[in-house]
Amino acid sequence: MKERIGRPVEAGQIEPDSTTPSARSRDRMMVGKETAPMHQSAEPPARSDAALRMALFLLRAGPLLILVLLILVIASVTPLFLTTRNIGNVLAQTAVIAVLSLGQLLVIVTRGIDLSVGSTLALATVAGALVFHSGNSSLVVIPVMLGAGVLVGLVNGLLFVKGRIPHPFIVTLATFTLVRGVALWLSDGRPIQEVPQVVQVIGGDSILGWIPVSTFVVAAVAVAVWLLTTRVVWGRWIYAVGGNPEAARRTAIPVSAILVSVYLFSGLTAGIAGVLTAGRTNAGAPTFGALAELDAIAAVIIGGASFLGGRGKVSQALVGAMMIGVIRNAMNLANLDSFFQLIVLGIVIIVAVESDVLRGYLENRLRLIQATRT
Amino acid sequence: MTQDGSFPMLSVRSGTKRFGGVLALDEVDVDVFAGEVLAVLGDNGAGKSTLIKCMSGVHRLDSGVIVVDGDPVQMHSPSDARALGIETVYQDLALFDNLSPTANFYAGREMAWPRWLPTGMRLLRRRSMSQVTQEVLDRLQVALPDFEAPVGLMSGGQRQAVAVARATAFVSRLVILDEPTAALGVREAARVLDLIRRLRGEGKAVVVISHAMDHVIEVADRALVMRRGRKVGELTPSEDSREQIVSLIVGGEG
Repeated sequence: MKERIGRPVEAGQIEPDSTTPSARSRDRMMVGKETAPMHQSAEPPARSDAALRMALFLLRAGPLLILVLLILVIASVTPLFLTTRNIGNVLAQTAVIAVLSLGQLLVIVTRGIDLSVGSTLALATVAGALVFHSGNSSLVVIPVMLGAGVLVGLVNGLLFVKGRIPHPFIVTLATFTLVRGVALWLSDGRPIQEVPQVVQVIGGDSILGWIPVSTFVVAAVAVAVWLLTTRVVWGRWIYAVGGNPEAARRTAIPVSAILVSVYLFSGLTAGIAGVLTAGRTNAGAPTFGALAELDAIAAVIIGGASFLGGRGKVSQALVGAMMIGVIRNAMNLANLDSFFQLIVLGIVIIVAVESDVLRGYLENRLRLIQATRT
Repeated sequence: MTQDGSFPMLSVRSGTKRFGGVLALDEVDVDVFAGEVLAVLGDNGAGKSTLIKCMSGVHRLDSGVIVVDGDPVQMHSPSDARALGIETVYQDLALFDNLSPTANFYAGREMAWPRWLPTGMRLLRRRSMSQVTQEVLDRLQVALPDFEAPVGLMSGGQRQAVAVARATAFVSRLVILDEPTAALGVREAARVLDLIRRLRGEGKAVVVISHAMDHVIEVADRALVMRRGRKVGELTPSEDSREQIVSLIVGGEG
């Protein structure tokens, strides 16, 4: 009875040796799903399988495809769109959303949300401008702006983890209003003109007359986050915490530290976005970054990250941010009322998330079909 | 299959554990041998889970000792147990549905470099990790449709197989399985039982909690029956002893 060590042969199994890599990589499964309805395998599985795979491929690439399609359509309607000047415009307008969305991405991967980044951005610009005007060297201005962002992020993370406030929505809702208030108070509610030259260059200048310097900042942040999420242990842990916090705890992953770190990083991106905004406008103002947090969240969700955590890539967040930027720009070019921008953005969010729901459903179907085939 | 003349790989001596006024474990003695499958049986609340949680470092005994390869050990956390070569497959599997089998295998113990950096800052050795994972899955003859796909997209049996294989990959002494076949269909359960036999064949000790008497009889060399925190019997499970086991579990005979 206990001698049956070998692999039992199952009915309907075609390839005898499933341990070779080639066989494994094919769409065969060793473990059949007994409970699945058997009649499904009687239908031509290969064809429905291929169709499903195709549909899944399209859905997974969905946001990027939509973005490309959008660009093609807009370019064919408005010749102005694909001029270097306008591309530079789009990039410059998207930079802040893109940087914020990269911070938001990590937060959302851990099942969280950071509503405070718009306010933090404003605080960073105000703090930077104030420090500059109080006669300090322009060298300390950028560290102060980034530091303001990191500080707010750290407070968010600690309130959530150590203060045990039940959901980051509540924590960051509180800091969303608190930080905006602090920015208004520090600046007396007024914009502060002029920031250091170096900030102006980073946020407002362009290379070759059209490529914004801010685009390189976005690229640098994106590369950093990409490296973190795909190559570094910490990044792997971020996804583990998002996927199954309880299991992460059991496997000795430092869950609390991970959670604090994503809010801290989100705060840092708000500080960077503050540098870009202050540079672009040559000012610090407590009103900057209003609703920027919602743009960042929308970008992450449009890109295809899951609000339930554990899923989302850097490229997807960037595509989401570009999508928002392109739509805004196109509607400006077409001289459409800004009311329509809001309507269109809302529709885009719904379409993006619905297609994600459909993707989940189809993945499940595919799994069932594969499972019944063995 | 008793292990005549060999030392137990892990023993619990007079293990006692209280939760408030409830005596969850009452002077329990257990020996687990290499190359042996030990089934722990009992009704709900009999103390099975408490026993394996003490073995896997989740709980600490109030009194009594755990001896691993002849040395008394103190386990303060599951990581301590893992460092001793004891791996546990929980009933809920504790898998990361969003991650690949490889990432699941190495969650919390990633191969990474350089060593002088703090663990979290190190770079993943992705190729080495996926090689080892493939080797383990091959050795256990677990075939997966897509090696890089998240485990959330796999069937119940495949997920169970990944969880068991993960424990196997790192175990040097003892694998503890909590209800490994509970959620599975007939064929998938057979696969998991096969995995358990293979582990035994590799000289590991295996402790299985199961309510499925058929599976216990099929795979276990020895069965330990618990009732109300006490060990009430220890016997070799077979078709002949089935009645006896069941009556021990429900307390039919003293």
